[in-house]
Amino acid sequence: MMRWLVAALVAMVAAPALAQGKVNVATSFTILADFARNVGGDRVEVVSLVGPNGDAHSYVPSPADAKKLADAKLVILNGLGLEGSTERFMRAAAKDAKVIVASDGITPLRLGNDPDPHAWQSVANAKIYVANIRDALIAVDPASKSTFEANAAAYLSRLDALGIEVKAEIAKIPPDRRKLVTTHDAFGYFGTAYEIAFIAPHGVSTEAQASARDVARIIAQIRAQKIPAVFLENVTDPRLLERIARESGARIGGTLYSDALTEPNGPAPTYINMVRHNVQELVAALR
Amino acid sequence: MPYDILIAPFLEFDFMRRALVAALALALGAAPIGVILMLRRMSLMGDAMAHAILPGAAVGFLVAGLNLFAMSIGGLIAGLLVALLAGVVARVTELKEDASLAAFFLVSLALGVTIVSARGTNIDLLHFLFGNVLGLDAASLVLIAAISTLSLLILALIWRPLVLECVDPGFLRSISRAGAPVHIAFLGLVVLNLVGGFQALGTLLAVGLMMLPAFTARFWTRDITAMILVAVLTGALSGYIGLLLSFHAGVAAGPAIILVAGALYIGSVLAGPVGGVLRQLFPKRHLEA
Repeated sequence: MMRWLVAALVAMVAAPALAQGKVNVATSFTILADFARNVGGDRVEVVSLVGPNGDAHSYVPSPADAKKLADAKLVILNGLGLEGSTERFMRAAAKDAKVIVASDGITPLRLGNDPDPHAWQSVANAKIYVANIRDALIAVDPASKSTFEANAAAYLSRLDALGIEVKAEIAKIPPDRRKLVTTHDAFGYFGTAYEIAFIAPHGVSTEAQASARDVARIIAQIRAQKIPAVFLENVTDPRLLERIARESGARIGGTLYSDALTEPNGPAPTYINMVRHNVQELVAALR
Repeated sequence: MPYDILIAPFLEFDFMRRALVAALALALGAAPIGVILMLRRMSLMGDAMAHAILPGAAVGFLVAGLNLFAMSIGGLIAGLLVALLAGVVARVTELKEDASLAAFFLVSLALGVTIVSARGTNIDLLHFLFGNVLGLDAASLVLIAAISTLSLLILALIWRPLVLECVDPGFLRSISRAGAPVHIAFLGLVVLNLVGGFQALGTLLAVGLMMLPAFTARFWTRDITAMILVAVLTGALSGYIGLLLSFHAGVAAGPAIILVAGALYIGSVLAGPVGGVLRQLFPKRHLEA
């Protein structure tokens, strides 16, 4: 009996040691983790600092995160300002890990005066992310080079297919209906790549409770520009959404996922699922 | 130009009309109750009851989502329960009614926050605390209007003993045994009006539309009928100006309504003819023979 217990304990202690055969990778948010898992396969152990459904913009690091970073051999950041001030924390906590910026080589769009960090929303950019992550993995674990290259090639071809699929889906929307009003600011790259106008409501705060002026402006703008659908994330009260829809004649779109993947049982557990889900919501609302 | 500012928003947008109707109905029902509460020195009662409603509304929310009737009935039950329990403890033990009410509403509030946060997001909690006067559907409007109508009817029925209890509770007790049932019916009305108000303004601000107009009216007349009239008009005016403020200046609508009511109150504290600050500083000369 005692011997079994000891054996079990030894196994538990030894388990992390076994995992050290793998490359520990830490990413700042879930979409990068998904890319890293697809490229690394069973050669890597990936953790994401911001978990599923978490908001990368309002992330506050914890001591446990510093531990994750210290254990990592590779740290993958998005860059373009997404990590903000926590980038310095991550670089410091990463100790002797290699730190890469996955968006390297992407031409950034602007969001006001700053670069728009949501570059992954275009599938073409996602392929650049994947290539960067592949090269970084090869650099920290040259022995697995052929595995990483094969995985990346397979995943890149899936992304190619996804890009074609998105274009085909969007083509179902008549060109004059490819516009929507949204308070999401994360779809600049998506809109540019697939020629959908994501129109921000004029002068409407995305954070605060909607005032009568905000609601009136949204309604007036939808009426004037004959916009077929609205996707609103700050207006969370379904009754208010219904009023806006009734009075403006626009359809209310479903949930779009922008900065975080969902739990495995949610609608967007992987990057490819997320893009598919968003496109379906858009086509359903605009067609 | 005044037409564009004062009237056009309501003609152009359905949601503005609905918000206005709701505010007017709330003022009509809640302001008289506020006046009675004030005269009975129970002004903080409304606040306590508003907190007490939260767990009931939260349970309704957990069961049925943002469902009007589930949340209203839950709130109603929780509010009445707290009012009755507080009343019972005050009668049976040595604790005074304000103390036992405070005890129960604090427990109730903590329970409400616990239930709401068990569900997860804070956004949901904000619905409870602030409501949304801009997103009222037909069912909400009917509920608010029905509550106002019912309040006025019941107030008319229990009016005499109610006023008598404000003025001379001892005398009421000596001539009638209506005191206790009237008191309970009145507490029911307080809860009912807060439940109606929290659809539009949220649990906390609903109290504002009940109490602030009553305090304002106190500075304009000593006659209780006139006081109620002034209170209703003040409440209605607050709703109208508050909505215009939200429309033109982009302030959140619910708080804007209560802020206007607060401004009217402060104006009355200063300039009101009955005990206002200015009147006390510069009293009218008495006629001298």
